[in-house]
Amino acid sequence: MTVSPLVKVGMADLNTAVGEGAIRTTGLGSCVGVTLYDPVIKVAGMAHVMLPSSSIAREGALNLAKFADTALPELLARMDCLGAQRTRLVAKMAGGAQMFQFGKQTETMRIGPRNIEACRGILGTYGIPIVAEDTGGNYGRTIELDCATGKLSVRSAQNGSRDL
Amino acid sequence: MSEVKQFEPFQMDVLKEVGNIGAGHAATALSKLLDKPIDMRVPTVRIVSFEEISDCLGGAEEIVVAVFLRAEGEAPGNLFLFFTIDSARRLLRQMAGLTAGGEEGFTEMELSALQEIGNILAGSYLTSLSELTRMTLTPSVPSLAIDMAGAILGYGVMEYGASGDHALLIDTSFLNGTEETAGRFFYIPDPTSFEAIFEALGVPTP
Repeated sequence: MTVSPLVKVGMADLNTAVGEGAIRTTGLGSCVGVTLYDPVIKVAGMAHVMLPSSSIAREGALNLAKFADTALPELLARMDCLGAQRTRLVAKMAGGAQMFQFGKQTETMRIGPRNIEACRGILGTYGIPIVAEDTGGNYGRTIELDCATGKLSVRSAQNGSRDL
Repeated sequence: MSEVKQFEPFQMDVLKEVGNIGAGHAATALSKLLDKPIDMRVPTVRIVSFEEISDCLGGAEEIVVAVFLRAEGEAPGNLFLFFTIDSARRLLRQMAGLTAGGEEGFTEMELSALQEIGNILAGSYLTSLSELTRMTLTPSVPSLAIDMAGAILGYGVMEYGASGDHALLIDTSFLNGTEETAGRFFYIPDPTSFEAIFEALGVPTP
């Protein structure tokens, strides 16, 4: 089987990878990057979630990857197809920053924390443990999940690189 | 309503003119600050997918200096003033004689000077729009970030998330001298604001 070395996930996008290589998304600000990983068969998935809930959607054809409440079920379904077992899945999460600070905080400005809460809640309903996260703060992040090991590396402009 | 992909060419032209007038006043303000002539490029109105949005600024991981103001009022929206690290340093040198000490980072004083430059320029941008449209547009306090372009723009286009996967940016560069880009304005009206903007300017909406 040939494996593409790097699978890219854009904003409001999700994807999966199997075996080797890595899966990456760049420039997470208030968006949250959620990764799911089955360590036994090395199936990895990543979603770049932009908004907490699809209830605000006014569009015709819904982009499932954009909202926490639709992206995670969709990602799970795709991973099921690749043979991942729900009971073996572990989740990691990064992002959900507040990029700009203001005296008066409106709901839109709190979008980062709300995205984090939404993702946590949905992972909780599926009983998938969050084994590591690097969330909040006021800075952007790029994340990359190694398919072979399940290691998530988080990089930021201000704080360098760390592995989860 | 508010499906930006379906705008007619004449509506796009009107938005271009909005950028022209706003950035024109901002360029004048900058010119006064620096006591030298500042030119600007013809504005572009871009409708970009979320996927490609960071390409406007050189990629999702490109580090940019951004001053952000939220415009509240009859046509809410986001206004960003972007500098590259180099152009921000140049501006500080020209305006305040501040020379950056180290290779990395800015001092507190430099950061607050940049924020104030952003405040003045964005303020004059919004004031001219307000006069043009006779709408009330109140700028928030400016906020500054030096970070990945993707992280900043992702936040800036959030309001478009509910209605689709594209955002509309009114992009105007201004020049230091005749060639070099000194900075860029991105005016991103909320998707629900276009009706009010077009109506205020007497543009028929289909």
